[in-house]
This record gives sequence, structure tokens and C-alpha cells, in this order.
Amino acid sequence: MKFTIPRHWFATLAPFLGVLVVVLVFWILYPDQPMTLKTWQIVATHTVVVGLAAVGMTWVIISAGIDLSVGSVIALSGVSAALAVDAGWGAIGAITVALATGAVCGIYNGILIVGLRLPPFIATLGTMGFFRGVALWIANNGSVRPEDAQGVSTTDGIANWVKIGSEGQWLPPAVWLLLIITIVGALALRWTVLGRHTVAIGSNELTARLCGVQIERTKIVIYAIAGLLAGLAGVMLFGRLTVGDSTAAVGIELKVIAAVVIGGASLSGGQGSISGTLAGALLMAVLSNRCTAAGWPDFVEHMIVGHIIILAVAIDQWRIRRTNH
Amino acid sequence: MTQPPLLEMTAVDKAFGATVALSGAHLRVEAGEVRALIGENGAGKSTLMRILSGVETPDSGTIRISGKLFSPANPQQARDGGIAMVHQELAVVEDLTVEENLLLGAEPSSAGLYLPFRMRDRVLSSLTLLGRSEIQPSTPVSQLSVAARQLVEIARALVHDAPVIVFDEPTSSLGAQDIEHLFEVIGRLRDDGRAVVYISHFLEEVQRIADRWTVLRDGEVVGEGWISETTTEQLVSHMIGRQLDEMYPRIPHQRGDALIEVSDLKTRTGLQHANLTLHRGEVLGIAGLIGSGRSELLRGIYGLDPIDSGSVQVAGRSHRPDPTRSIESGIGLASEDRKEEGLATDLSLATNLTLGSSSARPFFSLLGLKKERSQVEWWIDRFSIRTRGPDQPVRTLSGGNQQKVALARLMHLDVDAVLLDEPTRGIDVGSKTEVFRWISEMSAAGKAVLVVSSSMQELLGICDRIQVMHRGVLGEPREVEKWDEHSLMVCAVGGEEAA
Repeated sequence: MKFTIPRHWFATLAPFLGVLVVVLVFWILYPDQPMTLKTWQIVATHTVVVGLAAVGMTWVIISAGIDLSVGSVIALSGVSAALAVDAGWGAIGAITVALATGAVCGIYNGILIVGLRLPPFIATLGTMGFFRGVALWIANNGSVRPEDAQGVSTTDGIANWVKIGSEGQWLPPAVWLLLIITIVGALALRWTVLGRHTVAIGSNELTARLCGVQIERTKIVIYAIAGLLAGLAGVMLFGRLTVGDSTAAVGIELKVIAAVVIGGASLSGGQGSISGTLAGALLMAVLSNRCTAAGWPDFVEHMIVGHIIILAVAIDQWRIRRTNH
Repeated sequence: MTQPPLLEMTAVDKAFGATVALSGAHLRVEAGEVRALIGENGAGKSTLMRILSGVETPDSGTIRISGKLFSPANPQQARDGGIAMVHQELAVVEDLTVEENLLLGAEPSSAGLYLPFRMRDRVLSSLTLLGRSEIQPSTPVSQLSVAARQLVEIARALVHDAPVIVFDEPTSSLGAQDIEHLFEVIGRLRDDGRAVVYISHFLEEVQRIADRWTVLRDGEVVGEGWISETTTEQLVSHMIGRQLDEMYPRIPHQRGDALIEVSDLKTRTGLQHANLTLHRGEVLGIAGLIGSGRSELLRGIYGLDPIDSGSVQVAGRSHRPDPTRSIESGIGLASEDRKEEGLATDLSLATNLTLGSSSARPFFSLLGLKKERSQVEWWIDRFSIRTRGPDQPVRTLSGGNQQKVALARLMHLDVDAVLLDEPTRGIDVGSKTEVFRWISEMSAAGKAVLVVSSSMQELLGICDRIQVMHRGVLGEPREVEKWDEHSLMVCAVGGEEAA
């Protein structure tokens, strides 16, 4: 540990510095639009959906994989949650259904990757279309809105988890949930057998196999966890929209992957930081919020996010070249 | 009147920060001479050649080609100046043909049109010198074997008419027959009046192919001379800087019960038929040519290569090979390919050393990082691994130290049987002796050791019994006293009947 502390600290702090830079740049450009406590509360709440999915994505990317289907899984889980609420299963039922949906999607991804030996990029590109199709199907090409009195009150309950500025609340419960999951995810990566094996597979799969790591099972579990967290993100999205929208979260995989890469993970696997990912997700939300506050149209944000990914990966490649030299 | 030497490097100094890589190094190669450049890893051989090939610039010193000063600022200039490198890692483009590769970067053209026929004569005469009919100008390189691809690289040097050709560990991925062929080609290059620099770890090879030798140690030339006037012991003691009292330390050990019994084993990867019994407290060697199925035998027993038929028994119980189960049953394997398979080179020494101990544990069980750390420190001490600490990435360790990490992993697993595939490949002489001592200690501690090696000398030095693999078929075991290098080679080349 002695030797790595300085570099380690810099790598951990860099994504948070990135957030500060974004805030400062917008503050300089638009001094009349400062970040208030209220803005930070809004931004934190808007981090939840991307953040939850990104924690799972970090595990996937560290294992040298990728999950492009995350947006479709979020939408499908959101619709499933809405259907569960509509069926009168209550909030617990909705969460259970959404988590199960996400986990099943993740396991399906894992089985395709392991069983058919498909590159994760291709397997999840395919399931991205498939899961979206299922979501459209069960939502009749639109959205599911719980109508009866019980359904509406359950929906309101879930919506309160992600609502900003309720009476006597500093941050909504969903933000705390994200923080807890980030901490658990980060600790598990370092302190559990699964975490060690994830890093090993991502760094060198042949070595992992030589050392008796059960690659197939481990990969399926990693994608299942990513699916589970995407399912949880789906419930939160349902809470925010108060409908299960089968067309929601299109293109969100870009933001999720950007959050992970900004956080310091390497797309070639073996490296990544969950706390960095949280900062990356926060950066995405801050950026979105500042663009809106500045009155910039939506497409500008897309153009910026695209280049942030390019920049983050370029930095990663540069790091790899430098260490290989 | 004396001709100036074809290649002359004098008083070359090079330091990287505080580390002195070369100090006053020199190298002279006459036309029509093969000069062996030998030394332990980190002795400065690579740095010297990187300077010659324009990758590095020296802090001071001069290079002369046929008496003319030559200071390449980049690899392109070195190539134009007549320096050709044939590397360990092959630098050919698989998707192009042989001719396209030979002319790559120097395509004959006019007004932007590619006109290969202008150079066709040169291409053909270069290929003729290789003496391999399967290498034709229009052959796609992807269809060629590793050995043939290496010959294509040599041909590239000929097409560009390079007077100085450097071979950097050229045989590390070749089989015995391909090595023979390579030596013939190098012989022809010598007869052709070129200056050849031959870098190798294998002293037997150096003694066969080189005319003169230069030994580097710690960046300095510590000796040079004629191969014909020098013994192996002299070369080794120059390399390690001390007398080599015992290359193969032998600690007394006693053969115990049978631990692994392999019957009629056949793998899908090329092993045809193998029977063997490995006992506790013995070192059993597997000799044979590269590609004869030696590695596949080890990998089949361990579960890395899929098995077609036959059986493996461990301690009398049937064993269905699979890496996880093998480790549980007390079998460990060290891969011949440290960089690609043996170690996750980007990860820390500690992670590499302890990976495997956790393989059979439930996913969400906790790692005892503190305990793990103290264990790793103990192994670093026990194996005298030269490192900054447990967190150092394995990538930045020397070859010998990397191999120690791979072997320490097996000790840490505390397995009863170790399968070692080329345990001394690419490591320096000093580290080799340490590996041999370790093997001897393992057998003295009652463990079973199965070792594959390309070096017959090495097998004769460390094994109790040896079996020879020929074209996927494993021969009968004999006590080591009943083997010598000649009989091993005869069996390896011609199978059991010929012996």
C-alpha cells in the first residue's frame, strides 16, 4: 500500500475534479446561474438512475465485458414494475418484479456470452433490441399507467423515493440507496472472492482459468448483478415518470458507459473504480443540469457527452501506452 | 591492409535516470562472422541492440558501418543504413502475401502505381536462399507456420540487402527441425559475407552457430573470444560473474507412493497416447520436440485441454480434469507461456501469487487481505523475489522474478503434485539454478514433480526418470542414468523403436 497511495489517491480524485471543472466552467460562462444547494439536490436525485446502472456496468467493464442492453433493461423493468403496481401487488411487489426482470435479463446476457461464446458487445447489442421489443410488447407500444386508487397511491409512494425537497428531507431515499450500493459494490470488488475473480478475468482470462477460476459461472453472476442493478434503476425511473414507459431510457447506455469510463475503468478490462463511477454519473447529471440552466438545447448536451466518452477513452489508451512502454 | 569491421560499436554509454544500462560497451562484427551476444536478463543486450536499431540514442559512443560513422535517429534510418532485426515477436502482416510483406514500406512504384515485378528478381533470389519451397511470393503469410514466418523476416533483410542482421532470441518459439533449418540459413548468410549478431539464452545453440562470443554483464563487456576455444563453464561463469559450482543442485529424495496415474490419455489438441505414473518424491521429466504433445499432456492432466479418451487417477481416485478440481485434488500447473497465460501481468504480485487459492470458494466469501499480505511477503522473502513490494505489477518484474511468482503460487496452493511446462524458458542462468534447487526441494519434501523441457541437459540434470514424447505418443520411462543427450534426441526425433 505504501507505494501506491499517491497515485491511487489521484486516480480516485480525478473524476471528482472533473465534476468541479464542469461546475466552474459553467459558472464562469454563466455567473448568474450558480449551483445552489437546491441545484445540488436536484442533480443528486438525477444521478440515481444512471448511477445505479453504472455501478453494475463497472463490474461488467472490469471483467473486460460491456452491456449495451442496459437502457432496454431499465425500460423493461420500469414497465414490469408499473404492471405489478397496476395488478395491486404494492410497492414491495413492484420492486421484486423489477429486480427479477433485471436479473433474468442479465442472466440471459451472461448465458449468451458464455454459452455461445459471443463477444459481449454483440450479445448485448442483440439483447438491446430484444429487451426493448419485450418492453414495447407488454406495454402495448406505449406506457403503463396504474389507474385505480390503490395503484395511484402505490405509484405516489414509489415516486416519493425519488422526489426532491419533501418536508424535512435533505436528500430523497433513492440517493441514499445509491450511496449504499456504491459503497457495497466498491467493498465487494476489493474484499470478496467474486471481486477478485472479476478483476482477474478482465486482466487475463487465461491466467484466471489456469488458476481454477470458474470463468463461466463468474461471468453469468457479473451480468446478473448488472441486470439486477439496471432493474433497480428501472423502478427509480418508474418513480420519476410515474408511468412505466417502454420507450424510456433510449441511449442511456452511452451515459452509463461514459460514467464508468470517466470513473477510471479501462474498456480493456482489469481496472476500474466504483467510487470513480459514482463521480462519473454525477458529472453526467451536473452537465445535463448546467446545459439546461444555460438554456442550451438538448442536442448540445448529446454532442458534449459523446466527446466526453471519446476524451475519457483517449486518456485510458494513453495510460495503457505509457505503462506498456 | 586491414579492412575495417563491418559493424563496430565503441564505448557506448546509456543510462535511464539513475540506472546505468550500458557503460563503455563495445561490439565488433567482421563480414562473414556470426557473433553471439550473451548475458543474463538485464545485462544490457537489448539496450545495445535498441541503440543499433535506432530505437534508443546512446548517451555517448559511436557506431561505424564499414568504417563510416553511423548514428540512426530512428528505426527507419537504421533500416536504410543496413541494419536488419529479426525479432522474437514476429513483425509480419498476416493478411498480406509473402512478397507484399517483403516489400512493405519500400514498395517499388511509379506515379503511385505498385509495380512489384521491378523487384521480383530480388524477391525470388532472397527466397531461394531460404531453401523452402512452400514460401512463394504469392503465398499468404497467414498460411505459413511460425518458423516460416520468421524466414520471411530474414528474407526481408535480404531484399533490402542489409549487411548487418541481428537475431534476437530467434529460436524461442521454434521446434528442433526448424531450428536446424534456421541455422542452415544463418550459415548461408555468413557465407554470403554478412555480419550476423546472434542473441540467445541457449548456450548449446550459441556454441553451434557462432564463431565468436561477447558476454555482457551489468552493461559492461566482461569477456569475448572464439567459441572454439571456450568451454560452457567459462561462458556461464562470465555471464553470472562467479564460478558455477553446481548448476543442478540435488537434494536427496526418496520415491514414494504413486500419486498420479495416467492411462491411454488422448487429448483433442494433439496428444495421441500417454501412460505414466508419477510418484511422490520424484522428478519425472518429459522430453521431446516442440509440438510433439508434451505441453498437451500436462494440460490434459490438469484440465486445460479437452480430453478425448483415457483416464487420470489421483491418489487412486478417478479424476475428471478441470483446473478448479485439479487444484482441489492437489495438482498445480505452471504454464510455459508466462506472459499470455501464466500471469496476469497488469495485476500486482500479491494478486497473482494468491489467485487460485480462492478459486473454489463461494463468490461472496471475504478475502483476508491482511493475512494474504503477510503470506505474500513471506513468499517474496522465501524465493528472494526482487521487487518493490507486494503491490508491484508483475509486468515490471524481470523474467526470472516473474517465474518465481508463478512457482511461488504453486507453493502457496500447497499442492502435492506440480506440473511444470518449460519452467526455465526465457530466464537467466542464475534464476535457472534457483528454479532447479526449488524443484529438488519440492521432491525432497515428498511432492511429485512432472517437468517438460526443451533442454535435454536440463532434464538429465534434474530428473529421476525421463519419458520421451514423439509425435503425440509418450514412450516408456527409464531411470535417468540410462539416458544421455544422444539417446534422448534419437527417441525425440524417431520414436521409441529407433532407440
